[in-house]
Amino acid sequence: MTVTATVNGQPVAITVDVRRTLLDLLREDLGLTGTKKGCDHGQCGACTVFVDGRRVLSCLKLAVTTSGQAVTTVEGLGTPDVLHPLQEAFMRYDAFQCGYCTSGQLMSALAVVADESLTTRDQIREAMSGNLCRCGAYQGIVEAIIEVKARSHAAGSEDATPDAIV
Amino acid sequence: MRSFEFLQAHSVEEALALLALPSTKALAGGTTLVDLMKLGVEAPARLVDIQALPLTEIAVTGETLRIGALASNSAVAADPSVRRLCPALCDALLSGASGQIRNAATMGGNLLQRTRCPFFRSHDWPCNKREPGSGCPAHEGADAHHAVLGTSDACLAVHPSDLAVALLALDAEIGIRAGHAARQVSLAAFYRLPGETPHLETIIGAGELITHIDVPITPLAATSRYLKLRGRASYEFASASVATALHCENGRVVELAVALGGLGTVPWRDRQAETLLIGGPLSEAVINRFCDALLAPARASAANAYKLALARGAIRRMLESASC
Repeated sequence: MTVTATVNGQPVAITVDVRRTLLDLLREDLGLTGTKKGCDHGQCGACTVFVDGRRVLSCLKLAVTTSGQAVTTVEGLGTPDVLHPLQEAFMRYDAFQCGYCTSGQLMSALAVVADESLTTRDQIREAMSGNLCRCGAYQGIVEAIIEVKARSHAAGSEDATPDAIV
Repeated sequence: MRSFEFLQAHSVEEALALLALPSTKALAGGTTLVDLMKLGVEAPARLVDIQALPLTEIAVTGETLRIGALASNSAVAADPSVRRLCPALCDALLSGASGQIRNAATMGGNLLQRTRCPFFRSHDWPCNKREPGSGCPAHEGADAHHAVLGTSDACLAVHPSDLAVALLALDAEIGIRAGHAARQVSLAAFYRLPGETPHLETIIGAGELITHIDVPITPLAATSRYLKLRGRASYEFASASVATALHCENGRVVELAVALGGLGTVPWRDRQAETLLIGGPLSEAVINRFCDALLAPARASAANAYKLALARGAIRRMLESASC
């Protein structure tokens, strides 16, 4: 079947096996290996991407259900030359060691920064609970989110959310 | 994953016609189904994508809150009417899964999710629910996560849904379409005990579709709350959970509801036992008598008997902290 979607703002049209997950389409068919396969069963969050403005697990989404939708991956967040504020904050707050969970953490953090109902450390931790980190970098992740939240609250939400996010 | 024919339904009628075909399942958020298809536990020959159907509305009509079967867990949990009219529903949804899963998962899918029992989820083990008659390893050594209520010689698997427990306490009804007919079934009647047929989990048949959930709007529903106890602070299924609603006047219980999760093969409630609490003030003694009656049918092993103590503690905490 052919999937026609938008990925990081670019139109794509790909023919895939009906069993293909969005995760495998991104990594294998599009070469966007920033999104990681941690457990492939929806239990770790490493495969988190945005679809139509909401964070979802790409390992549990069949690629054929993505037609007509807009997908944003970590590659759409920022570039080495122009880092997203979250990426820059993750570096400063030591929010990763091996880096394997980091793409998923960043995409979830993006949703948490944008969610104005989340204001306390406990609420942020709860909202991030679907992203596991075996290196234990959780504290740095939370501190990075708190800082970017404070800045985006002060300056307006355009600072923290890329254009592709609805 | 076994290959399948993939079809998309554009109307409820079209979906019903396709779902009546053999070996055909509905695909909504996919957070249970795709997982189980990867494990080979589910292997439908045909998938019908129902995500385009107009079943996402959340609306109040008269004395009923109607929630579309395709409304996402996130959307329902965030809805101000749901929070105001039946807060246990929001708390139950927010206690489940993760933010990412809740965005994709639907109401209908949540009700139809399948057990986390490791024997069910792996072809390395026999399982009467997955392959009727093949056996049940849990009976040789039920672990800490197997059920203590509603069990049978064939199956000890716990029902994993938090939503279903809250809906049971709220006296919700499930709206089901089949062909040209529509019917409503109470949540209490929706799930089947395993008995000798653990592979049959609900009263839904082939060619049928959950279209909505109806929650009665009552003063009792507005008092509802949900408590979920588990080994981790988040992102884990319940070891024991309880949905409670309590309406008192002049220090005496007028009506209440107590539903249990994490303990039963289905969401659990005992209205007969609830009558023990009605008419008088809440005291430790009467709550204990209620718990004794509620848990009397329990069959526990050394590994999962802790669930009984957890359930008692959860019920006491919820009833004692409610105002009466």
